[in-house]
Amino acid sequence: MTEQPREGAVAEVAASARDLVKTYGKGEAEVRALDGVSVDLMKGEFTAVMGPSGSGKSTLMHCLAALDTPTSGEAIVDGTSLGRLKDKDLTTLRRERVGFVFQSFNLVPTLSAEENILLPLSLAGRKPDRDWFDQVVDSVGLRDRLGHRPSEMSGGQQQRVACARALVSKPSIVFADEPTGNLDSTSSAEVLGFLRRSVDEFGQTVVMVTHDPVAASYTDRILFLADGLIVDELREPDRDAILEKMSKLQDVAAARKQAG
Amino acid sequence: MFRLTWRNLLARKVRLLMSTLAIVLGIGFLAGVMTFSTGLNATFDNIVEGSTPDAQVRPAGDVQGANAGVGTTSLVTPADVDKLAALPEVAQATGSVDGLGSFLLGKDDKLVGGQGAPTLAFNYAPSENIQGEQVLELVEGGWPEKPGEVTLDASSAERGGYAVGDTVTLIVPSGQPRRTFTLVGTAEFNGGGTAGATLVLLDTKEAQEIFLDGADAFTSVSLTAADGVSRTELADAAKAVVPEGFTAVTGDKVIKEQQDQIGQFLDVISIFLTTFAVIAIVVGAFIIFNTFSILVSQRVRESALLRALGASKRQVTRSVLIEAFLMALVGSTLGLLLGLGLSRGLAGLFRTFGLDIAGEVLTLTPFTIASGYVTGIVVTMVAAFVPARRAAKVPPVAAMRDDLTVQEKGMRRRLVLGTIAMVVGVALVAAGLVGAPGTDAIWIGAGAVIWVVTTAVLAPVVGRPVLLLSRSVFGRIFGTAGRLAGENALRSPRRTGATASALMIGLAVVSAVGVLASSLSATQDKIVDDQFTSDFLVQLPTFQGFPTQYGDQMEEVDGVDLVSRQQGVPVSIEVAGTPDQTFANGVDAAFTEIYTLKMVSGTDQISGDQALLSEGRSDDLKATTGDTIEVQFPGGKTIPLEVAGVFEDTPVTSGLTVPLAVLDEAGVKRSDSSISINVADGADRGAVKQDLEDVVKDLPILSVQDKQEFKELISGQVNQLLYVIYGLLALAVVIAVIGIVNTLSLSVLERTREIGLLRAVGLSRRKLRTMITLESVAIAVLGAVLGMALGLVIGVVLRQSLKDDLTELALPISSLALFLVVAVIFGVLAAVIPAVRASRMKVLQAIATE
Ligand SMILES: Nc1ncnc2c1ncn2[C@@H]1O[C@H](COP(=O)(O)OP(=O)(O)OP(=O)(O)O)[C@@H](O)[C@H]1O
Ligand SMILES: [Mg+2]
Repeated sequence: MTEQPREGAVAEVAASARDLVKTYGKGEAEVRALDGVSVDLMKGEFTAVMGPSGSGKSTLMHCLAALDTPTSGEAIVDGTSLGRLKDKDLTTLRRERVGFVFQSFNLVPTLSAEENILLPLSLAGRKPDRDWFDQVVDSVGLRDRLGHRPSEMSGGQQQRVACARALVSKPSIVFADEPTGNLDSTSSAEVLGFLRRSVDEFGQTVVMVTHDPVAASYTDRILFLADGLIVDELREPDRDAILEKMSKLQDVAAARKQAG
Repeated sequence: MFRLTWRNLLARKVRLLMSTLAIVLGIGFLAGVMTFSTGLNATFDNIVEGSTPDAQVRPAGDVQGANAGVGTTSLVTPADVDKLAALPEVAQATGSVDGLGSFLLGKDDKLVGGQGAPTLAFNYAPSENIQGEQVLELVEGGWPEKPGEVTLDASSAERGGYAVGDTVTLIVPSGQPRRTFTLVGTAEFNGGGTAGATLVLLDTKEAQEIFLDGADAFTSVSLTAADGVSRTELADAAKAVVPEGFTAVTGDKVIKEQQDQIGQFLDVISIFLTTFAVIAIVVGAFIIFNTFSILVSQRVRESALLRALGASKRQVTRSVLIEAFLMALVGSTLGLLLGLGLSRGLAGLFRTFGLDIAGEVLTLTPFTIASGYVTGIVVTMVAAFVPARRAAKVPPVAAMRDDLTVQEKGMRRRLVLGTIAMVVGVALVAAGLVGAPGTDAIWIGAGAVIWVVTTAVLAPVVGRPVLLLSRSVFGRIFGTAGRLAGENALRSPRRTGATASALMIGLAVVSAVGVLASSLSATQDKIVDDQFTSDFLVQLPTFQGFPTQYGDQMEEVDGVDLVSRQQGVPVSIEVAGTPDQTFANGVDAAFTEIYTLKMVSGTDQISGDQALLSEGRSDDLKATTGDTIEVQFPGGKTIPLEVAGVFEDTPVTSGLTVPLAVLDEAGVKRSDSSISINVADGADRGAVKQDLEDVVKDLPILSVQDKQEFKELISGQVNQLLYVIYGLLALAVVIAVIGIVNTLSLSVLERTREIGLLRAVGLSRRKLRTMITLESVAIAVLGAVLGMALGLVIGVVLRQSLKDDLTELALPISSLALFLVVAVIFGVLAAVIPAVRASRMKVLQAIATE
């Protein structure tokens, strides 16, 4: 997977944002959820996006994941610019090159765990790669739950099924928006451990939004967002460093609020 | 609490609108039918009252042949009229010439009025009706004043494409049959309209020439009472001077007779239509029940919150019921308005059958309004009651929980109760089949209703195989989208079952009727094959009498071997002390050469004052071979007839069959109502038919039919009725389809997040639409399959109970296949709106929905 490495780039880019702007509302009530974000997300890297509530984390993710269209700027996934794609192509792109894990309600209630995992493939009419499927299932530790429906599984198990689903189609990039937001620390650790392994062992690219410094410490790189802009970045983070950055961000935000 | 209910209504406008639509249509149908029936009655009442004089001098006796198109030979002379006019009680006496057997042809040479209402031809003479107004009013032009002039009723003139001044073609019963007249004017009954009858008004001289062979005489006399004379006094006074064979009756008696006669026919129409309104309302009730069930289950969290905040169970129930009440109120109001429009539509439909109903009599009566509201409100409240109770059963703790479903009780109890009910239904049907006391059809009908209701209740269970099958079929053909659609149809069996049940009811009736109709056609085909042994039949489409000259000419046609002429007349026979109006068939000697009557006793050869009875008639009259029966003919003459033989029931002749000579003796004017013809051996049938047709070429409505054409005529009539029934059932089916739309819309709303998720992981818009469409098709097919299976069983059982009349059983297989296809199409159509709505959802917003 090293065809045509870009000049000057050490690692390959999985997805990138170029001057991404997203506004909601008009006139007085206008909200700039993203205020010109430019960022490259590298292949084989586990990236976290952090920042205060309302800073635009989910919006950034949605724009990159072809779930939402930016007001201006460009979102590129796997070398494809999303701006010019029609709904049909966006659907195909989501199905084949992007994986998702949401905070909750990730699974179709009428389908078993196995069927949920295979959903993107069966929607595309593709045959699953059985070895890969087994590898993924074993790695999330759900072998004995495959026949169960979502209502018969715990929240943590459901999130792991969602992670398995996100990986099974071998997407270029997996987006996870607060995947552990509803989980206790043990279940969180299971899910995060799995995401980490998928990066380390399978070379997967994962981007995860989180508020939890513990979760963020599983990652290789943290992007800090405030008011729709990337304001800081941390590599190989440890918990203390994260906490420090976070509180700094919060101070700035508080100060700005007082000023404004 | 009330304010909350109100908010709920407003918040769920669209969903409620859809279920209100079920009420609107059901009540609309009911109100439409009621308004139409009332209007129909009013139309006839107005005409009857507006066209009847204070008193009438007419042929004596209980049988009024003129009503059945049979004339008598006794007449009133102008001298008799003068005598009546001279009575002090009489202000005016007007002689009438009522002609029978004439027909108006339109510009296109087709019979005006088709097969519906009769053609009434008579002389024009001014006379007053019971209210002292002129019987007839001019619309345009003038009255006929000399031979060659005619005035028609305005609507027939229009239907025939004639304007005043045009040349009009009439078929008349004597002399040159096809004659032309100048249209000098158009008129109508003072009571408004003609109810579809064609009025042909001629100059008196010409009427006498055509209908009375030129005799200066009249067939009846209309009397107007002098000032201060009551109608009874008038009739009594007239009775004293009427000629032999005539009597005088009050206008009130004439009105009552006609109303009784028409009333029966109108009652049949009204009951017939009301039946379908009831079916539509029952189907509507299912939809309402289902909608409320879904709404209640979607509102569990809200109900639980209310309970947690201290609302009592009763308050929760009441809030749902008030919602239902308001919905019923709105739905019934709209339904009544729709009904008014629908009644106009029905009137338009009947107009094409020749029954004219004036728009101004189609108004909502207080009774109709009250019935509409009461039915709408009661049905809605009853349908909403169970869901309302279920809402109240939500425990307060559910507000805190995430699994937001109303506890669905196990299916087991349903299954047990349903099975018991099914068995009870089987027992009732079996009782009907083995001839339990009372009418068999009532036993079977009761059993069938139980079956339908039980199937509706059991639909979630018994429908499962159908749904499982559709899941695997859909999955195989449409891949994951199909599989998901199958899953969705299966995930809430009650909802799917109840939605499908609405369609099931409609299709059960459709299929049962279909079985009966095709059995009827098959039976009639067989009867025609076995019993109608003549080569050709000559009849009018109305089966009325036609001039004898055609028969005379046909006897002369080369290659004709046998010609049998028959004339049906209304007669009166005493059955157990009361006069019973029935028909007698007058036949000639050739009749038994062409037709073979299977004799139970006696001989089939009759002459003189003799008669043949069918077994059924013989039982009614308690008379058999050798006995004498007293038969009163039109004109009042009673003739004792010796029963010469009793034959097995057959449709080739009436239960009472007499020699034509007896009709002559009774003074009935001869005409033919049917001619049967056998072709000589070796003659060219086609050529003979051509020659016979040449005989009637100036009377294009009189047709010469071979067996095949006769079969087609009969099955055409059966099919026409069948199509009317299907048309009326279509409304129930439309309501059922609305139910599918409603359920699907609600399900789509409920599954917003899930749809968002599916879209996010790569379900395309088109596949999403496919998914929803297939779910709809699954529901529709379920309803169709259950309904058709049940309808088949009910139809077969009903046929079995009617096997004396419906000797053949035929299953309308091709129609059933067509219904299934139609159900699939309806399923696809029902999904259009929900599918489009679902595919318009924004992926992100859908996912974010709570
Ligand atoms: N559909 C929308 N309509 C209007 N404004 C929106 C919409 N979605 C997001 N916003 C606004 O855009 C901004 C960014 O929202 P976003 O959801 O990206 O924040 P976030 O960083 O994910 O916050 P959180 O940590 O609370 O999830 C917020 O101010 C939010 O109010
Ligand atoms: Mg967010």
